[in-house]
Amino acid sequence: MNTPVLDIKNLSVGYHTQRGRLKALRNVSFAIPQNSIVGIVGESGCGKSTLISAIIRLLAGNAEIGSGQILFKNDDLLAKTENQMRALRGVDLSMVFQDPMRTHNPVLTIGRQMTDIQYRDQLTKAQKKERAAEMLSLVGIPDAAERLNQYPHEFSGGMRQRIAIAMALMARPSLLIADEPTTALDATLEVQIIKRLRELQSEIGCSILFISHHLGVIAELCDYVVVMYAGEVIEQGPVREVFHTPAHPYTSALLRCDPGNIREKTRNLPTIPGEIPDLVDLPAGCVFQSRCAQAVDSCVTARPEFRNVAGGHSAACHLLGEEVPA
Amino acid sequence: MDQAVKTNPVKSRGEMGEMFYHLIRDPLGLTGLVIVVLIVFSAAFAGQIVPYDPIALNIPDRLQGPSLSHLLGTDQLGRDTFSRMVMGGRVALQVALPTIIGAVSIGTLLGMIAGYGPRWLDNLILLFFDTIRSFPTVMFALAVVALIGPSLNTVVFVIMATSIPTYGRVVRTMTQSLKSSEFIDAEKSLGATTKRILGVHILPNVLGPIAVLAAMDIPTIVGLEAGLSFLGMGVRPPTPSWGSLLNDGYALIRNTPWPIIAGGLPLILTTLGFTFLGEALRDVVDPKLRGRGGAR
Amino acid sequence: MSALLEINDVFVRFTVRGGLLGAIGLANAGDIEAVSGVSLKIKAGETYGIVGESGSGKTTLARAVAGLHHASEGSINYNGMELRGLTESRFRPLRRDIVMMFQDPTGSLSPRLTVSSLITEPFRIQGMKGKDLDAEAGRLLSMVGLPREFGQRYPHQLSGGQARRVGVARALALDPKLLIADEPTAGLDVSVQGEMLNLLAALQDRMGLAIMIITHNLNVVRHITDRVGIMYLGKLVEEGPTEAIFSNPKHPYTLALLAANPEPDPDANLARIELNGEPPSVLNRPHGCEFHTRCPFVQPRCRTETPDWRDHGESRFHRCHFPEIWDAEQPVLEKVAQ
Repeated sequence: MNTPVLDIKNLSVGYHTQRGRLKALRNVSFAIPQNSIVGIVGESGCGKSTLISAIIRLLAGNAEIGSGQILFKNDDLLAKTENQMRALRGVDLSMVFQDPMRTHNPVLTIGRQMTDIQYRDQLTKAQKKERAAEMLSLVGIPDAAERLNQYPHEFSGGMRQRIAIAMALMARPSLLIADEPTTALDATLEVQIIKRLRELQSEIGCSILFISHHLGVIAELCDYVVVMYAGEVIEQGPVREVFHTPAHPYTSALLRCDPGNIREKTRNLPTIPGEIPDLVDLPAGCVFQSRCAQAVDSCVTARPEFRNVAGGHSAACHLLGEEVPA
Repeated sequence: MDQAVKTNPVKSRGEMGEMFYHLIRDPLGLTGLVIVVLIVFSAAFAGQIVPYDPIALNIPDRLQGPSLSHLLGTDQLGRDTFSRMVMGGRVALQVALPTIIGAVSIGTLLGMIAGYGPRWLDNLILLFFDTIRSFPTVMFALAVVALIGPSLNTVVFVIMATSIPTYGRVVRTMTQSLKSSEFIDAEKSLGATTKRILGVHILPNVLGPIAVLAAMDIPTIVGLEAGLSFLGMGVRPPTPSWGSLLNDGYALIRNTPWPIIAGGLPLILTTLGFTFLGEALRDVVDPKLRGRGGAR
Repeated sequence: MSALLEINDVFVRFTVRGGLLGAIGLANAGDIEAVSGVSLKIKAGETYGIVGESGSGKTTLARAVAGLHHASEGSINYNGMELRGLTESRFRPLRRDIVMMFQDPTGSLSPRLTVSSLITEPFRIQGMKGKDLDAEAGRLLSMVGLPREFGQRYPHQLSGGQARRVGVARALALDPKLLIADEPTAGLDVSVQGEMLNLLAALQDRMGLAIMIITHNLNVVRHITDRVGIMYLGKLVEEGPTEAIFSNPKHPYTLALLAANPEPDPDANLARIELNGEPPSVLNRPHGCEFHTRCPFVQPRCRTETPDWRDHGESRFHRCHFPEIWDAEQPVLEKVAQ
């Protein structure tokens, strides 16, 4: 009914490095409702790669999950065995990656790869092929049936990404995780793929977790947005609320810097000066305070709690008036 | 994580220092390093270490077992086996080091030219490499020895010649892949000459893997020298070599096993030592693998 | 004012060896024409943006100007001197004036050299050994806003943004007149893109530098360029002063590019120009107007006749049979061009 497809509660992940424990994710919590598209916005070092790796359980060897739960349809993924995870991946929980040039096995035809991943289904080979062709035309590849016999290098980057999306959606998953799927593509292609994704989402009824640093695409595609900074979620809510009335200074600064937002010609573009803090040796207080133009004393000493701004829109900042924790 | 580097001041140990530091921490690397240092040291100071002159005959004391005066006994001519073993190490390195240095230098030079230069030059050099490699090494060695007679220099020459293509090909491949790197384009755009590009920008990047190869190759060369000397085609007697020790030892095996041990054991140790060192070096030479390879 | 750089009808072609015979050097599959007749002028101190997507030939053009590719045809004239056909030794002294900044920030830095050595390479290459290279390194580092200690670091110890700054420092070491910047903000976070562009703008003001920026992102060029040229499949399809292009684009491709970078406003009613399909292969160029396969306003004439380069006055040019065909769809124009 209303159980979210994915509910992340207080997830903390760290890496063991030579210099100490690198706290990549700290107390990350957010939920993805059914039949919706949630975007994650963040810059380098915000932890989005770690987050995705944690969800699909493909973390690096030196990673350690400190605490938290990842509830996928009310089932904690962190409690599952590797075999159980393997049964999920590609079926109910699938992924599209950033680099379309390296996503596919170069020595197998696309048709072969698309039928291979249906190995769990009890279908004949012909049926699997038909299903594959159907998915390909759904993502907008013409002459799908013939093109099944072609190799990845015979397709352009944009087409390869469509194929990746087709493969991810073939089993009608409940959740599709898309990790910057259009970053490597030209802008005019990005436009086409985003549109296609939106159509497919409403047709299949799945949810999508869409990671991107391109604010314009998030604004266009997503229903909700989660803003991450240096390993924490600092703001989240319906995309309209967050983008029109950002509550956290980082979000507003980010929006200010987006070139699409800058109206007048200027030789002095806005930036956010400074760098993200050292994740091994975190300062006390708010994680953004060293770069925040509006920092006050309490920002240095105390970590801000999540406060409600409006229905469903919350942010972690001391400057927010309301004391009601979200 | 990229950001960890940004804000943390880098303790500058320098490239060499970094490599050494990580090498020590790898148990395999440390072992290898210790063995290699031991061998090199004993070879370098062989003259001072040996208790007896390795070629001095002492018939009355022949075929003795180990004792306080002769640590490993004596051979059929009364020569002190221990002294011969230590001196044999010097011979082994006297062959291995010039060979390696020669093969690496010539191979690297030709390899860089082949990889970077025009296609026709590449094809020519490859032809040269393939011709050499088509001779079976030992046959080639025997043929040369038959022509100019056995001696230390012959062995050096033969092994060096046959090793050149190995290094050449590896350097060529690395050069080819580096050639299309963006930093080479950047240097070209600054006006760097080909000589500069090869010497300053390509060479340092191929030396690391080559050093590893060379370290792993030394045992092979030492073994080759021992083999040739065993067959009587290497160093001329009475110069001691581990190979000739083994040869003598075969004949004496019923009398005393010690010459064989004196010939075989150092060969094993050398192989182990250089191989361990080479393996550890490989993990250490690539900055991305440093501290993550064997050393965890 | 005469131009610092004048490119006239430049073609850059590559030969592709094809098939089995090609592998043994006996047959060629054909020529790829990466740059197909481009002409433009850049004045001293001016910033010119070349915008195009993959396959547009913009990087090839930049490299031809920087002397890394040979132009097959046409003229590349720098300060009155013809660059095409110059031998490397004649070109070398010009490399003090014409420098390039590369797309891959760390990849364009020689991995075994320290930052200090890297940024003083130009001095050594040009044979200026007399200078105090340490002092120069320090000067250059502070010019790009990096602390002195960075001189001892190696490229793999730098972040993307820092590596880019090193690239800038190296490029500007000898006080050049023309800087070619290949995707200077690619891969940078939005919050630091501005920093890089501000740095380039400040250095330009200080040094009187002309800059040729290559990018696929129209938004990047808006604030830093004086003129923009849009490339598609090796040709310029539109050119003009930046503001004019943004407020009044004339070519459908320009319109599509502008529309493809949406602003982060969920309420923006995106009546966008959507292009059909994918860019055609350079090996298989379409007939007539090369853009016709993707143009949403395509007419029969476009498939057979190649449009001329039209002068619209005020230094605006473009290449289309039916400019302003979308005037009928005014709301589209309004929304997109804001």
